[in-house]
Amino acid sequence: MKAIVTVVGEDRVGIIASVCAQLASYNVNVLDISQTVMQGFFTMMMVVQVSDSTLPLAELAKKMEENGKEMNLSIKLQRADIFKAMHRV
Amino acid sequence: MLRMKEILSTQDMIDKQHLDIRTITMGISLLDCTDRDVHVCAQKIYDKIVRCAKDLVKVGQDIEWEFGIPIVNKRIAVTPISIVGSSCDTDSYVPLAVAMDQAAKTCGVNFIGGFTALVQKGATKGDEILMNSIPEALSCTERVCASVNVGSTKAGINMDAVAKMGRIVKKTSELTADQDGLGCAKLVVFANAVEDNPFMAGAFHGVGEPECVINVGVSGPGVVYHALQSVKGKPFDVVAETIKKTAFRITRMGQIVGVEASNRLGVPFGIVDLSLAPTPAVGDSVARILEEMGLETCGTHGTTAALALLNDAVKKGGVMASNHVGGLSGAFIPVSEDEGMIAAAESGVLSLSKLEAMTCVCSVGLDMIAIPGETSADTIAAIIADEAAIGMVNSKTTAVRILPAPGKNVGDRIEMGGLLGSAPVMPVIDSSSADFIARGGRIPAPLQSLKN
Repeated sequence: MKAIVTVVGEDRVGIIASVCAQLASYNVNVLDISQTVMQGFFTMMMVVQVSDSTLPLAELAKKMEENGKEMNLSIKLQRADIFKAMHRV
Repeated sequence: MLRMKEILSTQDMIDKQHLDIRTITMGISLLDCTDRDVHVCAQKIYDKIVRCAKDLVKVGQDIEWEFGIPIVNKRIAVTPISIVGSSCDTDSYVPLAVAMDQAAKTCGVNFIGGFTALVQKGATKGDEILMNSIPEALSCTERVCASVNVGSTKAGINMDAVAKMGRIVKKTSELTADQDGLGCAKLVVFANAVEDNPFMAGAFHGVGEPECVINVGVSGPGVVYHALQSVKGKPFDVVAETIKKTAFRITRMGQIVGVEASNRLGVPFGIVDLSLAPTPAVGDSVARILEEMGLETCGTHGTTAALALLNDAVKKGGVMASNHVGGLSGAFIPVSEDEGMIAAAESGVLSLSKLEAMTCVCSVGLDMIAIPGETSADTIAAIIADEAAIGMVNSKTTAVRILPAPGKNVGDRIEMGGLLGSAPVMPVIDSSSADFIARGGRIPAPLQSLKN
């Protein structure tokens, strides 16, 4: 199963590295990354494979959000199907 | 491949525009819980509800996290208790309401619907007992919701039941006077009630429904409001198209969540209810959508037309997004639960009469409207009769959830807290309907041809 990770926050050194390291620690594989800086805000979107995650998906989403708060970032991990449902007929 | 813009727009809808799944409601049949002894029946009801719904809240919470969308309410609807209780040797169904309340608390759901009687053509012994039990049942329980269907397009209006419900609404308000008559917020009087409505207070699990089912109610007035801000001054064709597209997106969210919940709970998926359900939060108001179309204040001339367009466009956009649409499906206009409606009512622009007119073109009816506590039972019954007539003639669901505020008058406010919100006490017409209500009997079903 694929999920989308979005990370928004003030741009600084090491955001991608730390988010990727956390995902790796839960055995989540990163499939694709795109990122931009909008009005000074770092915005990143990742497509990740969560089928082999060491945590159940709901726990993983909670954990990533908590980790984000500690780093002053908004991190969301959501199943990819909701975006497809909403934006594709 | 998904684009970043699409992902961010979905997240904005959830974070900034109050998009949520308003309710996942599990319908449970209690037809196998009957017993001669009302206490045995109550125990069977408790056991069955808890057995079916024990995982409902947990599954709902997991889905919230996985999809990243709030599911505001997890609720239960059961078979009308007037049917379940009819073989009990008793003159009160209050013990059955208490069992429902306890089951709701054990399962962690915030409301349970189905303390219901369907009396559009006449009342059985069980229906009479149920209606008489409503005031006490709603005052001694916290989470139980009651509803009574008094009319339908096929059966006409049962005016004896209408008169009785006028008295029962009043008594329920009096018994919960210490909470501003809160009991009446949990009591709906319907015409053309639907069997698969997931929204409270009117949800019940109809006899044509399966053993157990999951129905979902979506919301999203804030998303529609936001979308309309980008088409300011454009013709109504554009407005309708914009609402349709938005409703499609909102409903797809409901569909995916409903299917997921039904799979995990091992219960069939019933319907998505395509409703625009407001909350008292700023930015989550149906009234503000109507105002965005160009009305200075909701309730002024043009409001009915604006609401008709909104209601129709929501349905057109939603039906394609879900494989089964049902329930009430339309825009709700509850006064106390909608920040814009509260403001419009307080400014004096939005009147009870205009609300009644608005119910001709939307779901559902006169909803969460506070009226003076001294309003007579006859006047309340007459308000119910008017609303039932609109439903009966127009082949649509209408309802009355009206709140006589004990000891309060026009200019006062009642506070119910949470999603139920607060409401200014609105004036009712001060001219008697007593002789009209005293007649009793039935208003015959209307012709379905020669429609003019």
